[in-house]
Amino acid sequence: MRTIKFLLQKEFRQIFRNKTLLRSILISPCIQLLILPLAANYEVKNISLAVVDNDHSAYSQKMISKITSSGYFKLTSYNSSFKEAYHQIEEDKADIILEIPAHFERNLVRENEQKLFVAVNAINGTKALLGGGYLANIINNYNNEIRLQWVQPSRFNTAPLIEIASSNWYNPLMNYQIFMVPGILVMLVTMIGGMMCSLNIVKEKEIGTIEQINVTPIKKHHFILGKLIPFWVIGMVVFTLGLLIARFVYHIIPIGNISLLYGFLAVYLLAVLGLGLLISTYSDTQQQAMSITFFFVMIFNLMSGLYTPVESMPNWAQWIAKFNPLSYFIQVMRMVVLKGSEFNDVKPHLIAILGFAIVFNTWAILNYRKRA
Amino acid sequence: MKAVTLNNITKTYNKGTVLAVDNLSFEVEKGELFGLIGPDGAGKSTIFRLLTTLLLADSGTATVDGLDIVKDFKTIRKKVGYMPGKFSLYQDLTVEENLNFFASIFGTTIHENYELIKDIYVQIEPFKTRRAGKLSGGMKQKLALSCALIHKPSVLFLDEPTTGVDTVSRKEFWQMLKRLKEQGITILVSTPYMDEANLCDRIALMQSGKILSIDTPANITKAYDGKLYAIRSSSMHKLLIELRNYEFTESCFAFGEYLHITFKKDHIDHTNALLSYLKHNGHTNLELKTIEPSIEDCFIQLLKQ
Repeated sequence: MRTIKFLLQKEFRQIFRNKTLLRSILISPCIQLLILPLAANYEVKNISLAVVDNDHSAYSQKMISKITSSGYFKLTSYNSSFKEAYHQIEEDKADIILEIPAHFERNLVRENEQKLFVAVNAINGTKALLGGGYLANIINNYNNEIRLQWVQPSRFNTAPLIEIASSNWYNPLMNYQIFMVPGILVMLVTMIGGMMCSLNIVKEKEIGTIEQINVTPIKKHHFILGKLIPFWVIGMVVFTLGLLIARFVYHIIPIGNISLLYGFLAVYLLAVLGLGLLISTYSDTQQQAMSITFFFVMIFNLMSGLYTPVESMPNWAQWIAKFNPLSYFIQVMRMVVLKGSEFNDVKPHLIAILGFAIVFNTWAILNYRKRA
Repeated sequence: MKAVTLNNITKTYNKGTVLAVDNLSFEVEKGELFGLIGPDGAGKSTIFRLLTTLLLADSGTATVDGLDIVKDFKTIRKKVGYMPGKFSLYQDLTVEENLNFFASIFGTTIHENYELIKDIYVQIEPFKTRRAGKLSGGMKQKLALSCALIHKPSVLFLDEPTTGVDTVSRKEFWQMLKRLKEQGITILVSTPYMDEANLCDRIALMQSGKILSIDTPANITKAYDGKLYAIRSSSMHKLLIELRNYEFTESCFAFGEYLHITFKKDHIDHTNALLSYLKHNGHTNLELKTIEPSIEDCFIQLLKQ
């Protein structure tokens, strides 16, 4: 116990003396948490729309104004031919072309049917998908309005019609920040924990201090605990800072139990730090440790379900995600923060993380040799 | 009981391609100041790392303080002090914090063994709140020695303690070692400086993982085969080339302001013939004298055999 106390004292002294490191541990995640969620927004706005109106009728005007007033589109050009509008896309001035055929109003009234042509620039997949979707939705609404005007209201619909009314649970306004902030916080805690821990041990190797430590009667598990605990504490602090930012900047108040979050974090940090330890036992220089950690962090981040849902990944990728501790914690964070999940709901996740923690740490301890 | 014994120790690196220590055996008596002398790459550090249980030998056995370096490595780690060649203390901790840290992980305190390190520590005590990384080379050495001594080791391993230290600090350092020896601590020290060899009780001259000779410095110089001369003239470079081409020269090396030279068939006195030969070649201010061989001369001679 006394040895651990001295090891911790030494470790904390070194961390607090390294002002640059301290800043990057504490301040940089806060800044990232303030910037990233604001930027990571799936909502697509300001889609440039080129209209080719061959009708010039009241109906076509009404439809265009309905589209532009939605706030998602900005009318960048009003063209007389499709060719001209296509030129706009080629010059990257327009994302979507909406072509209204001649006699749009007349035929719609007379024949109860009319066709519109929509061409989407799909270079940016997300923008194309969402922009096309928004446009279809707005036109659909517009269509319904016309139907209401024209169709005689009858007690029963003459044709069966399924109307879909959707409502978003746990995040009624589909606020992306509510969805992203908890996930990004997990990502930041993972990066800080894993990277700092592995770099710290490798630094001792690089400077040679580990040589001096290895000839002392210090026990292997004492040394490793002396490295784990400081970064475990730092992980907790960073997480707390993140929750405070979520609370006061993004107004995200966890619905579930905070202590459940911390309980999960406690185990999760063991897993992440264990991975850091493991990496440090395999690398001799900070550069090596950094590049190995970077490799894992990249895969963990992009395959965690933070940006794209794990469920929509191909089968093999879902298997990789199963071995990604980050994906479990992101799920748990969202479950507890947004949905108010209880201990029993996150139990499978906790067991998985516990497994990671045990495997990584055991592997690291076995691989850490005091002699070559 | 010997302080250190090595029996047929071999150690290779890179899967056997680099031979660092080659079937080495020697013993160090208790309370001895033992020097491993040899150039870089002779295997000195490897021996230290083996004996301090940081490395495992490929074959052979060794003991430190009567304990096997493989079986009893845990006990050995409590009993030895090790000062690696590279400064290996925490640069971001202060002098006092470093010393305190190493004292506490050995389960002791500065106070408990203060007597042992007093002589050394008083010299760096005025700087005890300074970070170790900000100390001068000599002070770093003193701190490292204090840290290696703080748990009162029975055997002290010092790997090139004076490399990169100024001449005055080097002298001081050896005086400190003498005082430690008086306290009964066995000291193994390695150095590439041949002039430090005379300060040891016994030395082992090493080259390429082998011991060339092991004895007291006096006996080693006494065993020097043949007569050694020192020679100088006004143009040393020309002298060196000409002497190396001289038919009776056995070996000739630059040595400070003199050249050290030995002759073949030593029973004939070549000096007069040589002097007239050199004068004939235009050398002035010629000076030739017999000298006592130094450890370095012995080392060079041993290398040739």
